[in-house]
Amino acid sequence: MTKKTVIEKIWENHVVSREEGKPDLLYIDLHLVHEVTSPQAFEGLRMNGRRVRRPDLTYATMDHNVPTINRHIVNDPISKTQMETLKQNCREFGIELADIDHPDQGIVHVIGPQLGLTQPGKTIVCGDSHTSTHGAFGALAFGIGTSEVEHVLATQTIWQKQPKTLQIKVNGKLGFGVQAKDIILAIIAKFGVNAGTGYVMEFTGEAIRSLSMEQRMTICNMSIEAGARAGLVSPDMTTVEYLRGRRYAPQGEEFEAAAKAWLALASDEGAEYDKTLEIEAAEIEPQLTWGTNPAMGSGISGVVPSPEQFEREADKESVRHALEYMGLQAGMKLTEIPVDYVFIGSCTNSRLSDLRAAAEIAKGRKVQDHVTAIVVPGSQTVKQQAEAEGLDQIFINAGFEWRESGCSMCLAMNDDIVPPGKRCASTSNRNFEGRQGSGARTHLVSPSMAAAAAVMGRFTDVRELAGVNQ
Amino acid sequence: MEPINQFTGTVCPINRANIDTDQIIPKQFLKRIERQGFGQFVFYNWRFDDDGNKRKDFILNDPQFADAEILVAGENFGCGSSREHAPWALLDYGFRVIIAPSYADIFYNNSVKNGILAVKLTDEEVETLLQKSSAPGFKLHINLEQQSVSDDSGFTAHFDIDPYWKKMLLNGWDEISVTLSDEDRIRQFEEKVYGKQYS
Ligand code: SF4
Repeated sequence: MTKKTVIEKIWENHVVSREEGKPDLLYIDLHLVHEVTSPQAFEGLRMNGRRVRRPDLTYATMDHNVPTINRHIVNDPISKTQMETLKQNCREFGIELADIDHPDQGIVHVIGPQLGLTQPGKTIVCGDSHTSTHGAFGALAFGIGTSEVEHVLATQTIWQKQPKTLQIKVNGKLGFGVQAKDIILAIIAKFGVNAGTGYVMEFTGEAIRSLSMEQRMTICNMSIEAGARAGLVSPDMTTVEYLRGRRYAPQGEEFEAAAKAWLALASDEGAEYDKTLEIEAAEIEPQLTWGTNPAMGSGISGVVPSPEQFEREADKESVRHALEYMGLQAGMKLTEIPVDYVFIGSCTNSRLSDLRAAAEIAKGRKVQDHVTAIVVPGSQTVKQQAEAEGLDQIFINAGFEWRESGCSMCLAMNDDIVPPGKRCASTSNRNFEGRQGSGARTHLVSPSMAAAAAVMGRFTDVRELAGVNQ
Repeated sequence: MEPINQFTGTVCPINRANIDTDQIIPKQFLKRIERQGFGQFVFYNWRFDDDGNKRKDFILNDPQFADAEILVAGENFGCGSSREHAPWALLDYGFRVIIAPSYADIFYNNSVKNGILAVKLTDEEVETLLQKSSAPGFKLHINLEQQSVSDDSGFTAHFDIDPYWKKMLLNGWDEISVTLSDEDRIRQFEEKVYGKQYS
């Protein structure tokens, strides 16, 4: 028997047709829909008199431009129209929707796993590039454009060329105070923003195996920032135990049967990859980005680099441009960079364990006066769980704002915007120019690094605060 | 979508790598529920300052480049968000062809599906075109059938393209119709996996 990777196994289970000179036609098991990338797709269906082929495999929520202060005050009329449009479309085409008043509402990549919709072996798509998040379960999950959303709605399939496979092996054990976010930022800093272009990544190695599901989601979430449309982790017992008892997961005996099948999907020992990259976990320290793409970052003990350090002219130019945009000088210590805003949230880091990690640092400390800090849970469920544990009180006592769930300041499509020239420590996934507001300066960090920045008023090595008795 | 084969147009260079879709179309313009009308917002933050005035130093604001139909840019073009608003905006502005050394996967697919030809050339070829096109009025001839790019002063380059994408672009096909014309295969798959058919 030939040895196969989890990627190849899932692929082969979903090929509807394969012909020479064409991509494969793949069947899709779960299609997640949100308000921003779907209206034109539904409109296309209507114009052509088409229906949704599998409403039972389609699930919608609104997250990108929902307000996080008062649920029902949407200041922007165009946002309002977009949310209304999703509601109407779901009604018209018979799709289940967790709308703004629904207890299951949340960021699409937070609620899929939480509800148990996300399962190993599934093909999952969504009109959103961070769909790669669901790969943490050993699912083949990738973002698609609106034309493809329409195609999946109408046919439940998608044309795809079989991707090459890239193994990213994280060897050894993680050091104290280092989180999943630091692993993925370090991987991107080391291998670059297009290391994964044309590939699907599988994360392997001891350090990955020891991570919880929520931490694996953080890593897979950012595969796209390394250029890979999908990133995944082979299913194991951590995966199975996470899914047990979740609402949309199989129940009872069916669950045991499913679990067996899931475990069998893991990459075979000795399976070959088209490419393998390795990184030592022990080398990774808490990370911070200083530039305008996620690869422009380094460990917290580093300094802002000089454009001259880079070899290629194009890189020199983009670093020069980035430093100018970010208002930073080469040679400056990263721990000397002050912050004005702190955002803890997004599909990368807004789950319960992320909030716990941030709260641990925030507890008994105070957000500096000049800093505005907000915590935005990934879903209504996360919010409730956090409140049940008293995390909201820890944050509020420390001077953070405690908000309703949504994408919020990750992309600033609602009212949560970082003003021009202001600097934000953000647990999200993109530090592109203008991402958090026109002229806003974003530094990507882990939840505990973000909390540390809030209470210190500048970037700080979280290891100096963690575990210290207050 | 509109078929494309032979195409001649003026060229605008944007000499940057990793131009992301947030730059191509900032998120504040994603709230519209139509497909049309995004061209006015393309590269918005580079074209306009905070007060909405045109920035003098951005090339598309130079009247000699404003009508360009071919865009030449650095590697990893279209990275970031999966928003199809990016190709919609480029197309609506008037770009039919993009030339770069490499593209983000999702952006590439989105472009083809809207009839934009995204040509991949080598780093050196793109470098040459970036230089040549910095002089206003520079024109390129694209021939998709032949998979070639050439100018009037001796530049020629061959590009590779997946035969399937090529066929879609040449014919301007609507992919959903193509898929549904052979719906039986989908039914058979559903029968096998789900034990029933859905149409
Ligand atoms: S949280 Fe940010 S990255 Fe995640 S889906 Fe929302 S906007 Fe996209």
